[in-house]
Amino acid sequence: MRNRGKLFRAHPTETWLVVVLLIMSAGLSVASDKFFTIANLFNLLNTSSTNLIFAVGLLVVLIAGGIDISFAVAASVVQYVVALALAQMGGGDWFIGLTLAAIVGIALGAVNAGLIYYFQIISIVVTIATFNIFFGLLMFFTHGVSIYNLPAWWTHRTVLFEFQQANGNWAELTLPVAIMAVCVAATWGLIRYTTTGRQLYAFGDNPEGARRLGINIAAMHFIAFGWLGLMAGIAGLVQVHYSQEIVPNALVGRELDVLAAVVLGGARLGGGRGTVLGCILGVFLVSVTQNGLNLLGISPYAFKMIVGAIILIAITLSNAPLGHILAGLRQRMGT
Amino acid sequence: MTQRVLETGALRHGFLRRLAGTLGAENIGLFLALILVIAFFGSLSPRFLSKATFESVAFQLPELGLLTLAMLMPIISGGINLAVTFTANLCGLTLAWVLQANGGPDASIYAFLLGSVLAVGVGTASGLVMGPVIAYTGAHPILVSLSVMIFLRGLGEFLTRGADISGFPEFIQPLGHGSIVGIPVPLLILLGAVIVWHVLMTRTRLGFSNYMVGSNIEATRYSGISTRRVIILIYALSGAMCALAGIIMMARFNSVRVGHGESYVLITVLACFLGGVNPFGGFGKVVSVFLALIVLQLLSSGLNLLGASQHLATAIWGIMLIGVMILRWAAGQLNFMRITR
Repeated sequence: MRNRGKLFRAHPTETWLVVVLLIMSAGLSVASDKFFTIANLFNLLNTSSTNLIFAVGLLVVLIAGGIDISFAVAASVVQYVVALALAQMGGGDWFIGLTLAAIVGIALGAVNAGLIYYFQIISIVVTIATFNIFFGLLMFFTHGVSIYNLPAWWTHRTVLFEFQQANGNWAELTLPVAIMAVCVAATWGLIRYTTTGRQLYAFGDNPEGARRLGINIAAMHFIAFGWLGLMAGIAGLVQVHYSQEIVPNALVGRELDVLAAVVLGGARLGGGRGTVLGCILGVFLVSVTQNGLNLLGISPYAFKMIVGAIILIAITLSNAPLGHILAGLRQRMGT
Repeated sequence: MTQRVLETGALRHGFLRRLAGTLGAENIGLFLALILVIAFFGSLSPRFLSKATFESVAFQLPELGLLTLAMLMPIISGGINLAVTFTANLCGLTLAWVLQANGGPDASIYAFLLGSVLAVGVGTASGLVMGPVIAYTGAHPILVSLSVMIFLRGLGEFLTRGADISGFPEFIQPLGHGSIVGIPVPLLILLGAVIVWHVLMTRTRLGFSNYMVGSNIEATRYSGISTRRVIILIYALSGAMCALAGIIMMARFNSVRVGHGESYVLITVLACFLGGVNPFGGFGKVVSVFLALIVLQLLSSGLNLLGASQHLATAIWGIMLIGVMILRWAAGQLNFMRITR
């Protein structure tokens, strides 16, 4: 009981999300016999990997007090550049692909960081501008043409782990899940267990205080946006693996969905707060909602509407006076 | 205080000074940009300085312009309204349905008026959902308007199944394509909206309170202004302006589809920042933003004339925003050096 009280106090958003997720899952398990199966769990993991990789990248920028609108479009740029470079090289493999994606992604992130740091423009202005620059130039140079002719290793569906269920269906975990796990673990390690990570929190919470403590402000900008660039590059690669094609405008609009999920998970716009666990829960709350609606046979057209309403209600409740009162009550009961 | 001084000065020195006061010194950069754009495209293409260019600008500007006005007020209050385009879409849908229910192409003018009133009601309602949540819970406006945006997009797609709605009466045509004494009707509507917004922001209690809320919400609250009321009203007005944009878009495209103008969201924010609106709120002028809009649209039309795609124009808009921000930074640095010397 004592431990639980501590947990509630330290991570109110995360506990709240876990409770909501459990209630939803319980409800869905009763409503649909397909929900609580390994196959469906694996399916959920497979489909959310791209978003979760984006999300942990964005989390680092949010913790450092910034915001980025351009990362999803940057991922499209990475996809195109990597595909063209690989065609020049005559194929390549996962290692070369990931390295290229990382370099291009970090470079695009560094563009944002440089503009924000050297010219002291706030991140939302810079990234709205670079969103338009990246997307405009990508569409201009590619004429909106998709690429279908991709190296085999890139699009080949790699199953990491599979087994047959009692009902004969195969449950499969695919490569994106492994990449996602590595990205999530790396981000967790970065922000939780390194000095740099602690500095990112300090910088996001109070930039001037962090500067006076001797934290290298330039490094903070480049690390945060570089990390998001890296994650965006990897997510871009994974998204191509999943969809088997490169469509230049496929990821436009994804940035706002990811942003909503990350902030739902407790990251604060304004910096200094946010955890990887919250981020995962935020992404999963959205994907479990969609998955559940799907299994319940509700029209796909209604998904976004319901997801939007749920996010709005969640924000209202977690910020409303009612939320404060509940949190206070919970604290008192916990101690 | 400065505003008061400026106004008395204007009264003393007549119309020209008043005009200069309204246009302001901070618009010099935008005027320069305007002249540069005109000179650049004028020298490259003789067809640029023509009636055709004027008309293309005049007919395309209003959609973006009205949405930018809808974005402007929340940004000045220190917030943002990311739901502008989908609110406009849903308002357009409302009007379209009222027209369809009353005979489609044979609908009467009364059906149109009823539909328009309902559309404005829907827009205002969208603002009235966002406003109280932002005002009472202190949730970040980016997040609140984002979730409303996702909700409205979903609602629109759910209701229309992604299809177009078209088949409207003839008399709507002039609203999107007509001209009165050579000036396109949509442009007239935009000009009217700009004037209303300008007066609202500079001459009314609400406008003044809006600037104050954007500058320092706590200080404003302690000085006896109901900041919650101000924020709710601002988002409601923003929603109403979206409705106007939705109606004009319907008349321009002669159809309504959820997703029309989706890419405008970030462009409207860009236009506001380019027009000198402070991203943290509290500062920004309607007239400057209008000038910025003209520059953006001229650039796009000029590039179009040279055969470049809209996508290149989009990229250049982004580069221009960065360029202007760097210039402002440089000006700030110079100023700082002068003070500290």
